[in-house]
Amino acid sequence: MKLTKIKEILEADVLTGKYDPEIEVQIGCSSDLMSEILAFGKPGSILLTSLTNIQVINTANVADIKVVCFVMGKIPDENIINLAKKNDVIVFITKLTTFESCGRLYKNGLKSCSYSNLDK
Amino acid sequence: MDDTRTTTKIQELTYELKVEDVISKDIATVSSKLPVSLLRDILYKKRISGVPVVNDGKLVGIVSIEDFIKCLEQGEMDALIEDKMTKKIKTLYADEPLVHAVMKFEKYGFGRFPVISRKDKKLVGIITKSDIIKGILKKLETAYHDEEERRYRASHIFNDIIADEVFLKFQYYVEGKNFDRAGEAATGLKKTLYRLGLSPEIVRRASISTYEAEINIVAYTDGGEIIAYIDPHQIKIIITDKGPGIPDVKKALEPGFSTAPGWVKELGFGAGMGLPNIKKFSDKMTLRSTVEKGTHLEIIIKLSDYRNGE
Ligand SMILES: Nc1ncnc2c1ncn2[C@@H]1O[C@H](COP(=O)(O)OP(=O)(O)O)[C@@H](O)[C@H]1O
Ligand SMILES: [Mg+2]
Repeated sequence: MKLTKIKEILEADVLTGKYDPEIEVQIGCSSDLMSEILAFGKPGSILLTSLTNIQVINTANVADIKVVCFVMGKIPDENIINLAKKNDVIVFITKLTTFESCGRLYKNGLKSCSYSNLDK
Repeated sequence: MDDTRTTTKIQELTYELKVEDVISKDIATVSSKLPVSLLRDILYKKRISGVPVVNDGKLVGIVSIEDFIKCLEQGEMDALIEDKMTKKIKTLYADEPLVHAVMKFEKYGFGRFPVISRKDKKLVGIITKSDIIKGILKKLETAYHDEEERRYRASHIFNDIIADEVFLKFQYYVEGKNFDRAGEAATGLKKTLYRLGLSPEIVRRASISTYEAEINIVAYTDGGEIIAYIDPHQIKIIITDKGPGIPDVKKALEPGFSTAPGWVKELGFGAGMGLPNIKKFSDKMTLRSTVEKGTHLEIIIKLSDYRNGE
């Protein structure tokens, strides 16, 4: 799914990162537990979370997650934005809840980082 | 880059690139049997100044906005396109070098040339001056990125160093209890490994493992260090701290076991998944700990797919 479509579905704003509408994102994951994202997240995916601290960006960075979307209208602070900018992580924000954000993306065909292929 | 070098580079590119590399392929065409009046929509909506006229895939002419305006002035909107179009047209072959296009633009002063395939003479696209500029800029940009990548790639390092054994050592110091700096070691190591030319999958596994270990140092100790040794066959990462140590190592390794305090949980960790994650992403993991003395964690990731300096 093109990033521009994800942005539209989530009614999201872009805060930072090399946003390119043409970027393809196939997989989504969501959790407020970063160890879960490290374990199950997939390279090139989008992470939806309501947790806002710099470890979300570090998690995305080490796990090769391309886009982080902060949900529920949470605005990340300056440190988070700066770190994301430095590491080329694209940051979205949306007013939608976690449930609705994931639901909309899933309904539109974005795949889940499913349990079945957890192995490294 | 000085001016002469820039021009030569661009000239070089006009020989290197083919017409088909820069043309717009998604173009509007019209059939010759249609009335001129239909051109209004096409020219206006697509904001173009000329349209190739094509019958059965074969290019028979080109009709421009000037032709359209002339018909408009003379009240000939019902005339057929075939009677108003330019029939003798200059074309370019898709496989010609771009420099031919540059020369034709200079020679004829036209705004566009239809591009046809050498084999079946069918129309494949159209080329304008701005297509040429865009094509060259794009090529320059990729060339620049390739150069950047190459400069940072140190993957040949093991080939260039002559010794019976080579280890690269990278050392990072980790502050305890400071969550604002947690992750600096892992992300620093990640960038370094990437620059060494290791595969993204290897880099990912090493950095996730290091990150979880770094989080543990920050969460449970007063500080420690991370040392990564890289040789042509493996990455060995040693994470040490000076206490408090782990009373029951076996238990600590169980998924879900955690003594994380609230502030760690609030930050998105502390679900007892750290050590299991390290185990999952590494090829070998050894954890030793002595209460009050400290903890020693060793992680090995094998480099079967090490790309030897290609
Ligand atoms: N370096 C360390 N020093 C002291 N205790 C540690 C250290 N690393 C891990 N532990 C202990 O092992 C437990 C499990 O660690 P881990 O698997 O990373 O899960 P988590 O950090 O989520 O609790 C921790 O809760 C902690 O009690
Ligand atoms: Mg942990």
